Amino acid sequence: MLLAPIIWVLTVVICYFFMAKTWWFPPPISAHGIAYDAQFMRTLVITGIIFFFAQFALGWVIFRFRDDGRRATYSHGNNKWETIWTSATAVLFVGLVLTGTRIWAAVHLSEPDPNAVPIEIMSKQFAFSFRYPGPDGKFGATDLKLVNDAAGNPFGLDDNDPAGKDDIVSASLKVPAGKPIKLIMHSRDVIHNFFVRELRLKQDIVPGMEIPLYFQADTPGVYEIPCSELCGLGHFQMRSTMEVMPEADFEKWKVDQAANR
Amino acid sequence: MHAHHAPQGFIRKYVFSLDHKVIGIQYYFLALFSVLVGMSLSLLMRFHMIHPDAKVGWFATLWPTAAQGGIMTPELYLSLMTMHGTIMVFFVLTTAPQSGFGNYFLPIQIGAEDMAFPVLNMLSFWTTFIALAVMVAAFFVQGGPPLAGWTAYPPLSALANSGPGEGLGQTLWIVSIAIFCGASLMGAINFIATIIDLRCQGMSLMRLPLTCWTWFVTAILGLLGFAVLLAAGVLLILDRSAGTSFFVPGGLMISDQILNHKGGSPLLWQHLFWFFGHPEVYIAILPGMGVTSQLLSTFCRKPIFGYRAMVYAILSIGFLGFMVWGHHMFMSGMSPYSAMAFSVLTMAIGVPSAIKTFNWIGTLWGGKIRFTTAMMFALGFVSLFVTGGLSGIFLGQPALDLYFHDTYFVVGHFHMIMGVAAIFGMFAGTFYWFPKMFGRMMNETLGKIHFYITFVGVYAIFTPMHFLGIAGNPRRYSDFTNFDFLGKLLPVHTFMTHAAYWTAGIQILFFFNLFWSMKYGKKAPMNPWNATTLEWTVSSPPPFDNFGGQHPVVNHGPYEYGVPGAPRDYVMQTDPVDVHAE
Repeated sequence: MLLAPIIWVLTVVICYFFMAKTWWFPPPISAHGIAYDAQFMRTLVITGIIFFFAQFALGWVIFRFRDDGRRATYSHGNNKWETIWTSATAVLFVGLVLTGTRIWAAVHLSEPDPNAVPIEIMSKQFAFSFRYPGPDGKFGATDLKLVNDAAGNPFGLDDNDPAGKDDIVSASLKVPAGKPIKLIMHSRDVIHNFFVRELRLKQDIVPGMEIPLYFQADTPGVYEIPCSELCGLGHFQMRSTMEVMPEADFEKWKVDQAANR
Repeated sequence: MHAHHAPQGFIRKYVFSLDHKVIGIQYYFLALFSVLVGMSLSLLMRFHMIHPDAKVGWFATLWPTAAQGGIMTPELYLSLMTMHGTIMVFFVLTTAPQSGFGNYFLPIQIGAEDMAFPVLNMLSFWTTFIALAVMVAAFFVQGGPPLAGWTAYPPLSALANSGPGEGLGQTLWIVSIAIFCGASLMGAINFIATIIDLRCQGMSLMRLPLTCWTWFVTAILGLLGFAVLLAAGVLLILDRSAGTSFFVPGGLMISDQILNHKGGSPLLWQHLFWFFGHPEVYIAILPGMGVTSQLLSTFCRKPIFGYRAMVYAILSIGFLGFMVWGHHMFMSGMSPYSAMAFSVLTMAIGVPSAIKTFNWIGTLWGGKIRFTTAMMFALGFVSLFVTGGLSGIFLGQPALDLYFHDTYFVVGHFHMIMGVAAIFGMFAGTFYWFPKMFGRMMNETLGKIHFYITFVGVYAIFTPMHFLGIAGNPRRYSDFTNFDFLGKLLPVHTFMTHAAYWTAGIQILFFFNLFWSMKYGKKAPMNPWNATTLEWTVSSPPPFDNFGGQHPVVNHGPYEYGVPGAPRDYVMQTDPVDVHAE
């Protein structure tokens, strides 16, 4: 019997923290992020209502139908009710997933923008590196044999390839605000993961595969990139940052980097 | 008809026993040992997360290299995490509900003398024992236990130089899992044959207790799932030791060395692993659902609401369980189109789960609830199942998984449902069947104190994980000092760690109750709960061949409580057809 109020109190406390948003998402920095948050809130409201009423009902039957000397009602069930709650949950759950498909499709299935700024990621135990093609718009050839992390060549850039002469390699990600970006993801050893909370985007970086990820960030700022796929003992400190810059600053940064090379 | 007598020698009676009841208890104690190990590992992990730099003398004694000077290294943390997950999933969640309780009670509940293949049954237990011994051995080898997580994703798990523990430790891990697969396959065949062939007269499929239905479907899941995991394990061993490249692609470089592997696919492992891994979730939880159904009906003195709907829900969970593995791989780089298919199927599996919840509440509705400790745990199961199930609605959507994948939201979700809900099912089963297994009653007062603190405790540990996930906290991080946003979440981790200490501490009460009651508990009558199924028609504990040479005949469904006009408020399955004539 005491169980009923305990379930109710737990339910109210949990609901309170979901409404107070004490620990919550950082603000979104893209149109996708805003759409993501809307889908999250839709799901939260629906599951929240089910959660509240299911737990409340459980507490209620525990309280109401405790053994107080009555005889239990003899019933093997009710097909009408079975049909109602089966169809209701089916419609609700499938409906919910269908409303979310637009968001998924926008990230992974829509026609990519041919003018997207290409940036390559190379991940390894336990660092990310980023490469920009330079003014010629072409990435130079790479070779695993030329990889030299100590000398600042994590990609294994081939100096004999003219296309690679102007490539920029950076330990952190810089992107122009409001421009479509194409990330081309590579891993040199095990599986890593690219995650920016503010973008509401995540993608495994799988060795042997080239995985593209398109996005656009609108709000300038510096955002952390935590590796989010277990990659070994240094997983917890595999960190980089993404700086979203006004386009002019981004162009200037590229020029500076090229000059420093 | 004559009674069979038990073998007299100690070894044949208690060690290499062919009796399904002894084997069930052996499995139960194996799981009990494993859960102690698994729980201790989780406490060490929770300690390290909030005190990453703490110096603890005995850490150095236990792990002279991985905790040199008493400071736990990140790799040791990952090893503890890997072993925690592995031991809990395989040696606790797979072992106790199915092989433990199932072994003991399936034959009695269907009116059989033993399992279909007693020798195979013994073999499957001792094979499981060897698997556990090999797994524990991984703690003590050079390099330490593996650190690739219980999912062992290659290339991390396939390459010996990808980290400490990835040498012999990882090899032992795979060998242990392969042995465990063999044991589970033997067990699955035995369960399926027993339930199909050995039902007594009158025990039609639609008169099976729901516990038997869940053990049956779980066995089928085990047969199909573990076969695939076994194959995947063999391929992974070959990649590690025979130079094959099933899972390792070309063009890799580890510790500045270029590897010779070519042409493998890391995603292949994930497909094979999760083809087993998702049904495994149901292997863990289905028997708990069966026990919960059985107990809710017994202790509210009402027939189960919608027995047929429950059976169909169990069957469809089993069937759909094999079609949703891709929802673990939304972020893996597999085709985004298949993600959409997997997500619709995942939502579909929520429907039979919801049916079960509604039917449980429907069962309680209009009942007269007796609050035994066993019943409390069954009610707790329903609450946890609802909570843990609903967070799945977020994760089943690839769109939302774009953020939640590999965060603490996932950790909170699966601990809530596959971890503690399943464990509540085991607690419920323990308190319910203990009198039958050991002939004595457990202490109800201790049981209730243990229940209340555990119930609030698990909510306190696992609910905050959802908020950490919303804040973006990645899982499998050994400390949180390297990121600005993680530092702010440390108070939540501190709270969870303390909740874990309390909740783990109170389990001492359970262990005390268990062992004390075995010796000093009140003597149990034949049918202490006034229950209807066949195990309550025989003495506590039952005779060697279960029914003393008699062949029971079943005339009624399993949940005939509160039958109007009947002399008692329950009709046992073996009562005469015309109960009013009694």
